[in-house]
Amino acid sequence: MNATAEALFVAEPFQAAGDVVIDCTVNKIFYGDFLAVRDSVVPIEKKKITGFIGPSGCGKSTVLRSLNRMNDLISVFRFEGNVIYHGQDIYAKKVDPVVVRRYIGMVFQQPNPFSMSIFDNVAFGLRLNRFKGDIEERVERALQRAALWKEVKDKLKNSGLSLSGGQQQRLCIARAIATEPDVLLMDEPCSALDPIATRQVEELMLELKENYTLAMVTHNMQQATRVADTTAFFSVDISQGGRTGYLVEMGPTRQIFEDPREQLTKEYISGEFS
Amino acid sequence: MSNLFQAANASGGVSGPPSAGEYATDRLFRGIALSSAFVIILLVAYILWELGREAAPAVGEYGLSFITGSTWNASKAQFSVLPEIWGTLYSSLLALVLGGAFGIAIAIFLTQDFINHRLATVFRTIVEMLAAIPSVVFGLWGIYVLIPLLKPGAEWLHQSLGWFPLFGTDLAGPGMAPAALVLAIMILPTVAAISVDAFRRIPYKVKEAAYGMGTTRWEAILKVMLPTASSGVLAALVLGFGRALGETMALAMLIGNSNQISLSLFSPANTLASLLASNFPEAGRVEVQALMYAALVLLAITFLVNVAGLAVQQYTIRKFEGKP
Ligand SMILES: Nc1ncnc2c1ncn2[C@@H]1O[C@H](COP(=O)(O)OP(=O)(O)OP(=O)(O)O)[C@@H](O)[C@H]1O
Ligand SMILES: [Mg+2]
Repeated sequence: MNATAEALFVAEPFQAAGDVVIDCTVNKIFYGDFLAVRDSVVPIEKKKITGFIGPSGCGKSTVLRSLNRMNDLISVFRFEGNVIYHGQDIYAKKVDPVVVRRYIGMVFQQPNPFSMSIFDNVAFGLRLNRFKGDIEERVERALQRAALWKEVKDKLKNSGLSLSGGQQQRLCIARAIATEPDVLLMDEPCSALDPIATRQVEELMLELKENYTLAMVTHNMQQATRVADTTAFFSVDISQGGRTGYLVEMGPTRQIFEDPREQLTKEYISGEFS
Repeated sequence: MSNLFQAANASGGVSGPPSAGEYATDRLFRGIALSSAFVIILLVAYILWELGREAAPAVGEYGLSFITGSTWNASKAQFSVLPEIWGTLYSSLLALVLGGAFGIAIAIFLTQDFINHRLATVFRTIVEMLAAIPSVVFGLWGIYVLIPLLKPGAEWLHQSLGWFPLFGTDLAGPGMAPAALVLAIMILPTVAAISVDAFRRIPYKVKEAAYGMGTTRWEAILKVMLPTASSGVLAALVLGFGRALGETMALAMLIGNSNQISLSLFSPANTLASLLASNFPEAGRVEVQALMYAALVLLAITFLVNVAGLAVQQYTIRKFEGKP
């Protein structure tokens, strides 16, 4: 492995034009002995939408979840590198991951509402953060932004689990945005949604980016071109024997899709490569 | 059986209907399941009918006064069980509060990443082994270990806080406190094991969602995991309570078999099951009829508790999980 180390491809770091909120430098990410992701520098720009694309298993979710220490729940997970958020490495010893997750919210690939009423689901974060203002107003606004209000306004007391899959996903989005976290991470938020709801969520993302920062994993190229300001393309490196993901190219979405620098990127976005 | 959709395999598909044998097996299993259910219902009905038949003279004789009076005197043929009903419910409730809280705490400890998985399995096996200890052993342990152990504390509590109803009397020997403590230990494995299963059934994504919102571990457990597991935990509590209501031997040895109604934890009391166990061996014909009546009362209490538990459980399932 060491003999070929100098031959490893490492993407040129992306120089963001504006402020960077989360400056993520991955050296290595392990699950136990398995090297899942290596050498990737992924700066997340302030008040922009950063899209992560790439083939299945290339580590998009792994990198995204490293940005708010979600992967700490997995005992075999190990992160080497640093993630600088507001001048502070969130992987530093003195940082409590609980606090990180209150500022950097997350919407997951699969809907995961809590076993409680729709209202309580959305109010969860507000209560958790001891929000003193008008909870009902915040809940309504979050549900409206998540394009769910009309469907649930008469049954806010019903369980969140009584909703359909797509509605549950929008409920989870409402739950995540109710506290208006500084950064919102979304892992394929629209994979359970129909085209109409997908467009509504995309509009929400564009609206949120006025004030907040977003990062999103998507398998939908059109979606990336529609909403992402910056796109990071990851791929899988099998030359080392394992299946290690790495950043191939990151840049303004338009450049990635219209004028990619790397051959791999070109093949992927034109669909020649799965 | 002919395949109505044979033509649909024209381009080489291999789909086909289940065979006649598979249909027959299906029917067979359905039959077995149905008849087992039926046999259980029959068995319960038969036991009830037998009990009712044996108890009938006593039911006719004492009627409702059986459950409102408080004397049990075979020589005067006066029988009533209010103190036993009270003792049954009070001891079971105390046991449920203690054993339930402790059992749920153990379940949380074993499932929420406080110790590693292998250690948790060992721990759980030890807790479940409590269920294998014979009731009479618990009784002996209560008499020789627990009661002497409780005595100094009980004395102190009675002397300094005697005005408080729970400590209103002194612990002379057997009594409510040792009985309820042993009962709590006896229902602990039931509550813990079923609660562990309830917590284990929670999908990983729920835990992720909780931590993703920025909860601390305790917030995740109390605000998310416990509500999610609530229907299973309730089932555990109902089963534990049922077990406590019917427990006989250990209670007969520890509760003091005394017909009185007292809130004091240290006063002797009696329960229905313990009454049955203690009085059967020497009972005459009339007393046996009264004891059968008492058994019916115990059955009715257990039934009501189960129905109430089921109702609460259904309510939480509807409320939290949104199932109709
Ligand atoms: N909890 C885990 N334990 C062990 N290995 C894991 C775990 N989660 C992910 N991996 C591995 O890490 C690699 C990257 O997974 P990841 O989920 O980040 O991929 P992804 O790019 O999000 O794929 P997809 O598009 O299918 O969601 C995969 O090889 C996967 O097998
Ligand atoms: Mg993924």
